[in-house]
Amino acid sequence: MNSGEMKFLVIGVVLALGAASIPIVSDGYWLSIATTAMMYIALSTSWTLFSGPTHLIALSTGAFFGIGGYLVGSGMSDYDQSFWLMAIIAPVVATILAMLIGLATLRLSGVYFVIFTLGLAEMIRNLVSWVQNNFLGSRGLYVLTDFTEAHIYWMLLSVATIVFLAGWLINRSRLGFALRIIGNDEQVARHVGINTAWSKVILFMTTGFFAALVGAIVAPRYSYIEPNVVFSPQLSFLVVIMALLGGIHRLWGPLVGVIPFTLIWEAISISFPNSTTLFLGLSFLLIVYFIPNGFVGLFENLTGRMRK
Amino acid sequence: MDILISGLLLGGTYALMAMGLNLQYGVARIMNLANGEMLVLGGLAAFWLFTASAISPLITALVVAPLAFAGNWLIYRYLLLPLVRRSKNQGQLEVDSILATFGISFALVGVMVSIHGEYITYSYLADPFSILGSTVALNRLVAFLAAATIGAALYIWLNRTYAGTAVRAVSVDTEAAGLVGINVDRISALAFALGGAVTAVGGTLISTFITLDASIGVIFTMKALIIIIMGGVGDIRGAIIAALILGLVETTVATVIDPGLTLAAAYVIFLAVLLFRPQGLFGRRTS
Amino acid sequence: MTPRDTILQVTNLTKRFGGLVAVNDLTFQVREHEVMGIIGPNGSGKSTTMNLISGALKVTGGSIILEDHDLTSLPPHKIARFGVARTFQLVRILPHLSVVENVIAGTAFAHKARWGAEAEQFAEALLERLELGDKKNQDIGSLTYIDQKRLELARALASEPEILLLDEWLAGLNPSELRIGIELISQLREEGRTIILVEHVMDAIRSLCDRCVVMNSGKKIAEGTPAEVLSDKEVIRAYLGDE
Repeated sequence: MNSGEMKFLVIGVVLALGAASIPIVSDGYWLSIATTAMMYIALSTSWTLFSGPTHLIALSTGAFFGIGGYLVGSGMSDYDQSFWLMAIIAPVVATILAMLIGLATLRLSGVYFVIFTLGLAEMIRNLVSWVQNNFLGSRGLYVLTDFTEAHIYWMLLSVATIVFLAGWLINRSRLGFALRIIGNDEQVARHVGINTAWSKVILFMTTGFFAALVGAIVAPRYSYIEPNVVFSPQLSFLVVIMALLGGIHRLWGPLVGVIPFTLIWEAISISFPNSTTLFLGLSFLLIVYFIPNGFVGLFENLTGRMRK
Repeated sequence: MDILISGLLLGGTYALMAMGLNLQYGVARIMNLANGEMLVLGGLAAFWLFTASAISPLITALVVAPLAFAGNWLIYRYLLLPLVRRSKNQGQLEVDSILATFGISFALVGVMVSIHGEYITYSYLADPFSILGSTVALNRLVAFLAAATIGAALYIWLNRTYAGTAVRAVSVDTEAAGLVGINVDRISALAFALGGAVTAVGGTLISTFITLDASIGVIFTMKALIIIIMGGVGDIRGAIIAALILGLVETTVATVIDPGLTLAAAYVIFLAVLLFRPQGLFGRRTS
Repeated sequence: MTPRDTILQVTNLTKRFGGLVAVNDLTFQVREHEVMGIIGPNGSGKSTTMNLISGALKVTGGSIILEDHDLTSLPPHKIARFGVARTFQLVRILPHLSVVENVIAGTAFAHKARWGAEAEQFAEALLERLELGDKKNQDIGSLTYIDQKRLELARALASEPEILLLDEWLAGLNPSELRIGIELISQLREEGRTIILVEHVMDAIRSLCDRCVVMNSGKKIAEGTPAEVLSDKEVIRAYLGDE
């Protein structure tokens, strides 16, 4: 470990400890915003593990997140299983699904992958509603636990920390290096001996795993699980936009995007609830045309110029 | 038989919308994810004019076409062309255009929600009509005939006119088309605008028999994309057959199993295509 | 000259694109420590042959055997792991990686894989040998054309290939760069590497190749030393036409 990494590690530990103390100093409104932000930090950062190096815009977060929430709800209500068991099963199911989707689409052109993930959450929601209505009876799915908002927050913080550690390890590994080469030139990657399809599939599975885990942990927040709510296509887009806003070429980039965006998003949802979609659209345009490399890119440009 | 007829009628209208997106993706190389919103806008226009002034959607289509053409031309010229120019490679352009058209898509949905957040539904020619021994709503038949006419006109234009030939040349090889003196930027803008107009007219027609709402566009984008991939990018014949297959399968699933599963049915088709014929129905394996 | 062992055996290799036959029933061997040239007019199937050996294209018929391994229907990454390395007709470096990382990319996934500090030292030594040592911290976008070519070659060499495929590696170099390029390949030859090169530059063919295969319209029309094939009547006809 060199001194630069040491510095990052120290900053990381300080940030994590600071974040862990938030529920002690605040509760109610601000804690709930912090919980939402922590959820997006875990989701956006794990999304970037795959989409950052490969430049493939995965829109599957909503689907995997929904699987997490739905399986917890269904397992607890329909089958009387414990929250913990379901929180383990759900990510495994999502990982297997991610593998199948990855194997079917990631061997082909990237566009097919994007299109496939585009309607995925909606398609799974339709399937789940159909199965629920026809075979399981349309009873409500309740997730009743003793968790307080602070418990959920701490669990999300742990997941986010694990995501960062995983990302750090992957970036140092041959797998991470392979992904960077694939993002540069997939043909070269194949000819230097990289199994490009599997490398992408493995990272995509990682992303799916974490999205479902976050979905499972957040489920108790809703208490009542509705497929229409947990399988939210909008969530997929929010995760993409926050990651892009921060910058996806650095592990800590999404973190920088999530915090301001969550605050603005909350404010707009309360003050102009009908304009959230419009705002989402304008944010996408803003990023593409004016900050294509995110805040991190802007910052690195600035410091680069100052050095010169 | 009922399923067969209404499936084919639905497929005919799908074919029109996929033709629009095919022009945009096959020629202008822009994966336009705001395509579905064009369709909904076309439907919204028909709804307004019909409920406010009882104007027939067929007449509305004549108004929608030039407006959508102009709107899409502006979008290409001022939002997408700068991305084409700044991108260093096809991959970069792909990511940029996907994100930019998401932006346009959401912005359009946002605007539509704020002016008309409810369902877009009205009753036009909802009379029963008997064809080959089975009964369908007249509006479906009219929409199908209109779609077929427009599709045929487009096909003739592409194959028989100078401008149409230039469009096809750009779709085959952008660089070579530029070398033989075709203004690629202008042809791309033309194809993009035309594609948008065709899709919007498709929306006007579809709104006569399907209930739309402001945020449903993405589902249609999805279906159009599946049709294009199934038919083979740039292949109009393939797209028509693919659209008919999708229309048939959706109608069958909706009638026999559950209307809530049409998207799932589209996905099954999509998966089958990806696994068995990723080059499209009529495409040839290149490598 | 003592006969050496055959390392690559290509037998009845055929590639069809729809109705077009790009490579037609091509058979040749490459022996250890040999530099073999594939020459021929444009469109004769030279690059397609390289793409078939490296797995970039799927074989329609025939077989490709490297030592004891059948490469015929393997995907490119597996072929690479049996020790086939290549450069590309249009130079392909990895633009968002550093110079050293570009070379590590060649070794990290190869049959004798290196990683970490070992890979770094290995890459730096290789850069040093290709006279890129002073440019290892340079911004990759500022490399000259010949340096990009060198870097791509360093990436291919980093895998310590059993056989190295150079697809028009000298194309696009100016006369002084060309001399440097030819000198570089002849050094590789003296090190005893096994190389197949596709070239248009006849000087390079004459001075570098032990043997040549001449292709026309997908078929082998001649094989032998450069002097032999370049005086062959059919070869001259293929290049110059029938008059």
